[in-house]
Amino acid sequence: MNIVNFTPVSALIGGMIIGFSVFLFFIFNGRMIGVSGIASNFLISKNNRIDNLLFLIGLILGPLIYSYFTKQKIEVSITNSLFLLIGGGILVGFGTKISGGCTSGHGISGVGRFSLRSIIATITFMIVGILTVLIKNIL
Amino acid sequence: MNKLVALSCGTIFGIGLVISQMINPAKVLGFLNVFGEWDPSLAFVMIGALIVSSPLFHLFKKKEKPIFSESFSISENKEIDKKLIIGSILFGAGWGLAGLCPGPAISSIALFNVSSITFVTAMFVGFYVTKLSRDD
Repeated sequence: MNIVNFTPVSALIGGMIIGFSVFLFFIFNGRMIGVSGIASNFLISKNNRIDNLLFLIGLILGPLIYSYFTKQKIEVSITNSLFLLIGGGILVGFGTKISGGCTSGHGISGVGRFSLRSIIATITFMIVGILTVLIKNIL
Repeated sequence: MNKLVALSCGTIFGIGLVISQMINPAKVLGFLNVFGEWDPSLAFVMIGALIVSSPLFHLFKKKEKPIFSESFSISENKEIDKKLIIGSILFGAGWGLAGLCPGPAISSIALFNVSSITFVTAMFVGFYVTKLSRDD
């Protein structure tokens, strides 16, 4: 193991902002943020459809507002391999729908409430994510 | 007011993803690369989110109702079953393959790149297929 590109301060500050957003949604609207849940319910369910859509629009507006005010370019490097994007996307959609949450829903909202279910989900997807990257690097 | 809160929370969440750089799959894959060149940043994002949200949840969980809504709607599901484990395994595999999870994937559409849009479209197909495969 070799530690590289570690950005603890921006990670912690960004994380606190995310945690604050989760709290605001809870205290004002009474709902827990889980992005997979919000996105899949927007697609599938009529309940709160407009709220869910607005949340998703906000997710996209966030980076735009940030780069508009800070004049900083947002660095993103995403694979352009169609296999990884489509295969990964379908697995993420499928998996989060079956398990009822993703990094935000289980990892932040659930773990924050000390839900055992979410703690187990988070440990599971982290281990599998780590193994997947390990296998990808070997192949 | 609910609508304004939803839009604002999405926006704040998206800004958090940018500042923490979790919008960048390279950072996420760096975190998952524990046995190689490891970037522990994602763990600090989760710690940051939890130290803010967790004490506040516990402080306000006895509250009767939320400010702009009639009741809290929070999952009471405590079941640790096959669905939870299998779903988490599939999600972990997809996450490790592309370096994207739902939040950052949707947020990165802001950059108008084809990869994000492809991933999100495939993810929505995954949601829809799961819905079709169920009885409810």
